Amino acid sequence: MTPLYDRLELYLISAAFLLAVGIFGLLRRRTLIGMLISGELIFAAASLNIMAFNRFTVHDPTIGQIFVLFILGLAAAEVAIALSLVIAVYRNYRSVQTRDLSDLKG
Amino acid sequence: MNSFPGSGLIANFLFVFCLATTAAGALIAVISNRLIRSVSGLAICCAGLAGLYYFLHSPFLALMEILIYIGAVCVTIVFAIMLAEPDEPASDEGRASGLLWGGLAVAGALAIFFGLWRLGASTNWEVPAQSGDGSVAAIGISLLTNYSMAFELISLALLVAIIGALAIARTGRSKPQSSQ
Repeated sequence: MTPLYDRLELYLISAAFLLAVGIFGLLRRRTLIGMLISGELIFAAASLNIMAFNRFTVHDPTIGQIFVLFILGLAAAEVAIALSLVIAVYRNYRSVQTRDLSDLKG
Repeated sequence: MNSFPGSGLIANFLFVFCLATTAAGALIAVISNRLIRSVSGLAICCAGLAGLYYFLHSPFLALMEILIYIGAVCVTIVFAIMLAEPDEPASDEGRASGLLWGGLAVAGALAIFFGLWRLGASTNWEVPAQSGDGSVAAIGISLLTNYSMAFELISLALLVAIIGALAIARTGRSKPQSSQ
C-alpha cells in the first residue's frame, strides 16, 4: 500500500480546499486587507497544485520548483503594491472598508 | 527500506499533521473577525504548506515558503494593520442580506471544492519516468541556464514593485498639503 504522502489525490484535494476557502474569504471579507489575505490563500493553492503535479506527473521535477519560486516572488511584489495602496487609501478616507470607497471623482 | 520501527506510521502522522495545520490555518484566516488573528492564521497555513512541500521532495521551497511568506508577507501585513487599524466592522447591514451573502459564499466555495475533488480523484494521472532529481544544485543550474529569463524577469518585477510602492506612498503624503 502506498503511504499517504505519496498519493497525488490528497494534495489535489487540499489545494482545492485552499482555493475554496480563499474564494469564500474574498466574497465574505469587507476590508481590503482581509481580501488581500484571501488572495494569498489562492496563491498558496495554485503553488501547492503545481508542486503536486511537479512531484508526480512531470519528467523533470526542477521546472515546477522554479515556477513556484516565480509565484512566490510575484506574491511578494503584489503584497508590497497592495499594502502601499491600502495605506494611501487609508490616508484619504480614514477607512479601509470596501463599503466606504465609493467616490469616482478624478 | 528503513529499518527504524514504525517509521512509516510516523511519516503518515506527520503528513496528516501538516494537512491539518494547513486547513486549520486557512479557516482561521478567513473566519476570524479580528484581522490580526487572520494574519496569524495565514502564517500557520504557510507553516503547514512548507511541511507539505517537504513531503513533495522540495526542502528548498519549504525554506522559501517560510522565509518569504511568514518572514516577509505576514510581517508586512502586520505593519499595515498597525498603521490602519482595519478591524472588521460589526455587521450594520440587514441581517437577512448578510445571511444571504454568507450563504452564497459558502455555497460557491463548497461547489468549487467538491467539483475539483471529483475531477482530481476521478482522473487517471499518468506517471512518467523521472529523469532529474530536483535537488537544490539542479535548481541553481537551471536558474542560470535554461530559466535565466524567468530569473531576470522576477528581479525586474520586484524592482518595479518597489518603485511603484514608493511612488504611491509619496503622492499620498503630499496630497493633504496641496488641498489646503
